[in-house]
Amino acid sequence: MAHPIHITGLTKSYGGQPVLGPVRLTLEAGTITAIIGRSGCGKTTLLRCLGGLEDATAGRITIGDGRLSHREIGYVFQEPRLMPWLNVEKNTGFGLAGLSKSAREQAVAEVLRVVGLASAARLLPKQLSGGMAQRVALARALAPRPEVILLDEPFSALDPFSREQMQEHLLHLHEHYGATMVLITHDMDEALALAHRIIVLTGPPGIVTGDLTPNLPKPVDRSSVAFFEWKKRLTGLLSDHSVASELPLDNQPRLARHRMAS
Amino acid sequence: MNRRGKWHWSIGLAVPVMLLVLWQGVAAAGWAPPSVLPSPVFVIDTLVAMATSGEMIQALQATAMRIAGGFALGAGVATLLGGLCGASGFARALLDPLIQALRSVPSLAWVPLFILWLGIFEASKITLVAVGVFFPVYLNLVSGIANVDRKLIEVGRVHGYSPLRRLLRIQLPAALPSYVVGLRGGLGLGWMFVAAAELLGATNGLGFILDDGEQTGRPERVLAALLLFGICGKLSDWALAALGRAAISWQDIDGLQMGRG
Repeated sequence: MAHPIHITGLTKSYGGQPVLGPVRLTLEAGTITAIIGRSGCGKTTLLRCLGGLEDATAGRITIGDGRLSHREIGYVFQEPRLMPWLNVEKNTGFGLAGLSKSAREQAVAEVLRVVGLASAARLLPKQLSGGMAQRVALARALAPRPEVILLDEPFSALDPFSREQMQEHLLHLHEHYGATMVLITHDMDEALALAHRIIVLTGPPGIVTGDLTPNLPKPVDRSSVAFFEWKKRLTGLLSDHSVASELPLDNQPRLARHRMAS
Repeated sequence: MNRRGKWHWSIGLAVPVMLLVLWQGVAAAGWAPPSVLPSPVFVIDTLVAMATSGEMIQALQATAMRIAGGFALGAGVATLLGGLCGASGFARALLDPLIQALRSVPSLAWVPLFILWLGIFEASKITLVAVGVFFPVYLNLVSGIANVDRKLIEVGRVHGYSPLRRLLRIQLPAALPSYVVGLRGGLGLGWMFVAAAELLGATNGLGFILDDGEQTGRPERVLAALLLFGICGKLSDWALAALGRAAISWQDIDGLQMGRG
């Protein structure tokens, strides 16, 4: 069973400089939520707080009943972050340390089949293309069968063709596993194609400035009128809170720093 | 030269062969007396004589034992302390300043102390070699662990790995390339220190032949021992480099390796 996520009064500061919040959100179990915003708006920080990689400065995050183990949260980073010394199979099983060897092998074989990499099991990361490597990263996050999957711009480094393919893949995986997914993106098409709900984050410090529920039937027809209308609304929401153009020139390095931090 | 800009290994033989020919020429022309510069042929004759009398194998055995013992001891302790200091900030704060301070003592300056404490036989020599091996291995391992990409460590964190598990499964494997560099550097210094230890007082080994050649005015024995030191050092480094390359074949690098072949 997938878990809901409750976020209340969440803030995060780096060295007294607020980068996020306060954020208050409830994400329903089993849904895909896209969090969209410009670079440096704090969206990655929000995800890192959800994944336990950052401690929130204030506020509270409750996932399910609040007693989750790491096995129940999957995290996909912007880059594949594979261990270069492990082959695809071992990388995929990286989060399955607690299982017996046979259970681990079975779980790995299954998830590799799901992401279409069964034949690449013995390859080393240096032998993979960017898209393959990111699929291994996805498989690694999925292998422990997590209830919550956090995805930080997972396809932003891919070419447009592979990106669309991976997006379709992700939808398929969501149907298969039914986890609660939180997807960070700055790509409106991606958000509309995948998410049940789209949260617009503006910052720094990142606060929720938009909350859409585009009820587009999946798989989404990207050339449909409905798709364009939702995209127009989203564009409006994103440009209402333009950050970069309001900043005086001497504040630009600060913006750049936030971008690094996220 | 092939397309990737790599030359065949045999190109490295050209200069030594030329020097050898020049050396033979100088010796044959009589520009330097044989008591100063024996001809290469004479040196080879000496080597053959040493080999047939059994002196060579005995000397090689003695030196190899010291190198092996010192290398195992130095690299072993360095691996333990390096792993500890790399993994734990507390251990690093506690031990690293002392180790860095000891490093600034010239290693040969330990000799009198080791002789006083450990005697003039094997223990002091092996310890001296171990001191030479220790520092490159320790420093490379600590910096290898410290420089592991934070992004890889975060993968361990999101999977709930404990610090010890992160060390074993992420930091140590990722530090392996740097560790191999340390081991090779350590072995090189090990050869240097075994020569020093044997020169300072030994009754066997390659360093003893060096000393003996000097004392008895036989430069051909000095040159023969130097040649053996060079060959053994190169062979052992080659073997270690081959082992290291096999262990880190997963690295995605251009393939340019110093000291290959």
